Amino acid sequence: MEKAKANIDYNNTVISIRGIEKSFEDYAVLRGIDLDLYQGENLVVLGRSGSGKSVLIKLISGLLKPDKGTIEVLGQDVCCLTDRQLRELRIRIGFSFQNSALYDSMTVRKNLEFPLVRNRTKITRKEIDTAVETVLDAVGLSQTINQMPAELSGGQRKRIGIARTLILNPEIMLYDEPTAGLDPITCIEINALINEVQQRYHTSSIIITHDLTCAKETGDRIAMLIEGQFQRIGTFNEVFDTNDKRIKPFFDYNFIH
Amino acid sequence: MDNVSNIPTPKQKKGNTFRHRLGVFFEDIYKIHLFIVRFFKEAFRPPFEFKELVRQCYEVGVRSFTLISVTGFIVGFIFTKQSRPSLATFGANSWLPSLVSIAIMRALAPLVTALIASGKVGSSIGAELGSMRVTEQIDAMEVSGTNPFKFLVCTRVLATTLTIPILATYTAFIGLLGGYLNVSLNEGISYTAFVQQFFQPLMFLDFTASLIKSVVFGFTIGIVGCYQGYYSNKGTEGVGKAANGAVVTAMFLVFIEEIIIVQITGNFR
Repeated sequence: MEKAKANIDYNNTVISIRGIEKSFEDYAVLRGIDLDLYQGENLVVLGRSGSGKSVLIKLISGLLKPDKGTIEVLGQDVCCLTDRQLRELRIRIGFSFQNSALYDSMTVRKNLEFPLVRNRTKITRKEIDTAVETVLDAVGLSQTINQMPAELSGGQRKRIGIARTLILNPEIMLYDEPTAGLDPITCIEINALINEVQQRYHTSSIIITHDLTCAKETGDRIAMLIEGQFQRIGTFNEVFDTNDKRIKPFFDYNFIH
Repeated sequence: MDNVSNIPTPKQKKGNTFRHRLGVFFEDIYKIHLFIVRFFKEAFRPPFEFKELVRQCYEVGVRSFTLISVTGFIVGFIFTKQSRPSLATFGANSWLPSLVSIAIMRALAPLVTALIASGKVGSSIGAELGSMRVTEQIDAMEVSGTNPFKFLVCTRVLATTLTIPILATYTAFIGLLGGYLNVSLNEGISYTAFVQQFFQPLMFLDFTASLIKSVVFGFTIGIVGCYQGYYSNKGTEGVGKAANGAVVTAMFLVFIEEIIIVQITGNFR
């Protein structure tokens, strides 16, 4: 599926990362990385399992603290914010988890209402219902509203997870392995949904994946994370137009095998 | 090959040394201390999670109600039955209601309630929060602008702290019924006379000490269950460990606290 032309503002940086380092015990996962995400852009971070991709977006959302460096999100340094300021910033960021992270004990409706009710104190019942119906419609799962997460398929859970983040109208979307563990048809649907979210909600997104089809279909730019550093950043063709032995097998495996 | 695989790796060796274990133990104590401080900092600061607190109180009460009813009755009945021969030796059968009342009010009701709640509620809290941690539901709450500590931990700890004293009072009442049934079957005493003799030896301090104990036990069960679950890791294995750790640690602490509170309240008698 051809990706529609994105409306990217290259003069407006929504995420700016400088010199980030992060280690777990003795293992250095990220070794001084720099990255910019522009307004309206879909940036795909590619890398092997365990290369620190998920750590990167957890650092951006403040779930983890870096050992070194700065992360500016929507003009605010994530590392210097108080708990309250961080919570306010997080409302403007949507985070779609690898395993969807839906609340098991709540129905789809309650899952979607949860962030809304807690962050918009003066909202009416009617407004909540409208918002829930709108996001469910956006992900094409209106019929699941009263179902429990356990009753949904992997693809449906993923969509509901995305819907839950969309309900707060985020300016930035962070997708952690959006197509992991899904069949090819569902992957195509999720890729289309990511592009639709970009167009419809005017979001800027970071998409963490090792699925090259997802990267090609959704990414305006690709950043290749190898050994804790971005080895190549550019369009899909720019990144893979190389004989680098650390990058080429990625392409060969996905498009030749 | 077997010989090679049996050689401990440096990490395993490190994990088995007494010094390392001692370090982990003190680190855990420090972490629990921080966890408790955080609870007091966040629990009494708005916004309050009243709706979730009420739901948790209901959950704690309902989860343990049947078991506590049965256990409380059996404890009262059996304790009365087992005490009779000893009192009969001295011809003091008429003191049976007084003995039962002192045993139930001062020790058995809060202790039995706390032990049952440790098993039923503590393990359930540990497993629930542990599985939420492993499946990233706690992280999801955090990134959606909700304070998961306030929503999950504060409500559960407050719920156990408030509900377990109520359950302990109920256990005492049910134990009284069990004791009365046994006494009435053997001695044919009336209910009014039994109740009168039941309350006669009790002092205000007995009720206060019992209440204080239940509050402390409830807080302990809640905080231990939440701590184990909230910081659970290592996937599904971690969930099992959290549930198990919640029960074992809470029961152990309940006995320690029992000893301390009995020693302190003993000084006021």
